[in-house]
Amino acid sequence: MARTSILATTDQAVAGIEDASTILIGGFGLAGMPFDLIDALIRQGAKDLTIVANNAGNAEVGLAALLKAKRVRKILCSFPRQVDSYVFDELYREGKIELEVVPQGNLAERMRAAGAGIGAFFSPTAVGTPLAEGKEERTIDGKRYILEYPIRGDYALISAHQSDVMGNLVYRKTARNFGPVMATAAVTTIVQVNEIVPTGYLDPESIITPSIYVDRVVQTEARHYTVRGAR
Amino acid sequence: MIAQASTAAPLTMDQLAAVIAHDIPEGSYVNLGIGQPTKIADHLPKDESGNVNVILHTENGMLGMGRKAEGEEIDADLTNAGKVPVVETPGCSYFHHADSFAMMRGGHLDVCVLGAFQVATNGDLANWSTGKSGDIPAVGGAMDLAIGAKDVFVMMSLFAKDGTPKLVQACTMPLTGIGCVSRVYTDYGVFDLGPDGARVRETFGITPDELFAKVAALQREPR
Repeated sequence: MARTSILATTDQAVAGIEDASTILIGGFGLAGMPFDLIDALIRQGAKDLTIVANNAGNAEVGLAALLKAKRVRKILCSFPRQVDSYVFDELYREGKIELEVVPQGNLAERMRAAGAGIGAFFSPTAVGTPLAEGKEERTIDGKRYILEYPIRGDYALISAHQSDVMGNLVYRKTARNFGPVMATAAVTTIVQVNEIVPTGYLDPESIITPSIYVDRVVQTEARHYTVRGAR
Repeated sequence: MIAQASTAAPLTMDQLAAVIAHDIPEGSYVNLGIGQPTKIADHLPKDESGNVNVILHTENGMLGMGRKAEGEEIDADLTNAGKVPVVETPGCSYFHHADSFAMMRGGHLDVCVLGAFQVATNGDLANWSTGKSGDIPAVGGAMDLAIGAKDVFVMMSLFAKDGTPKLVQACTMPLTGIGCVSRVYTDYGVFDLGPDGARVRETFGITPDELFAKVAALQREPR
């Protein structure tokens, strides 16, 4: 008996997300962003959220729509400022959202550490820069490192290409990005997929996220956006 | 030390991209940063199928990244680090973000080429924030890339818009990484950097002596 729930609607998939939760949201720009789960979260109404994501939203879809709905208190991300991040930019300049900038590799590794039960780790990234200020530093074998702590989520909202009925996931191209890492780092991982397939259909050698990390799955119509003005 | 310029005029960014492409060994695993360095891909030698002679890494999770996608090829699930849709090449592979950055941090990439606001002669790099108040800070993968390849090259104009050199004795802008840049390619010359300072490899449209007069950081102790 699989523990992963296959749900009929995105509203069921995001049910119970509490105010003030920390939510990991997958995607790099718009590739791999769980648009439908975010729209459902907006309908669900949870507020005062802390969001962990690579970017701070594009145009007015997905994460940008959640920001526009004023549900987010704080965002941890590596690259908020983009050609079309105007929703975030305005909230930030008005002092209506808190920002913590984390180098992209440290962001990924801090979530990986959370999922892997690592208490903290020493990273060479950002040594000697303003983003290392106030952090513990150590020299190991003549090289400088700073101490980085795990980032855990109460929830992860990610998208994948296919899930089997057990919750084993495969992704598609660079839309994989943060999905496999975030799936391990949250108490409850919620996944939207383009297709749910029977258990046994996926080649076990090709499964990227094993079902143990997946709590809820919902099938949605694939929606694709590209970042306008990207160059 | 060289005494003459290699070319009569300073290089355009496109010509500079060709110089860098020529210096990257065939078969290298290479990350080209967002902005000017992406031009380098246009100048890499290609095989009969039109694929470049190096393996391009993109931080969002791919080795063997191909050219920009056109028309029907555009797939929203396949983009480069600048979020531009791209295509696959034979032998490409996908991986998640923690693996992608482990690949950098672990020193597996051969060459990374980045843009810069300032580079110091000891290899310190400033390329993520101008430090001006009111700017929204955004670092992306810059700090990971800066320390994450066997050779970190910078591609930039030697002078800022106000005419001040971007190759400096010590960076005044917020640092991206310390002692990480090994070579700087600019429109006026190419410089090898290290703990002992900068060494002029080549100049374009200007003699080394003229360059020393214009770039204070180069005058100190050219090796």
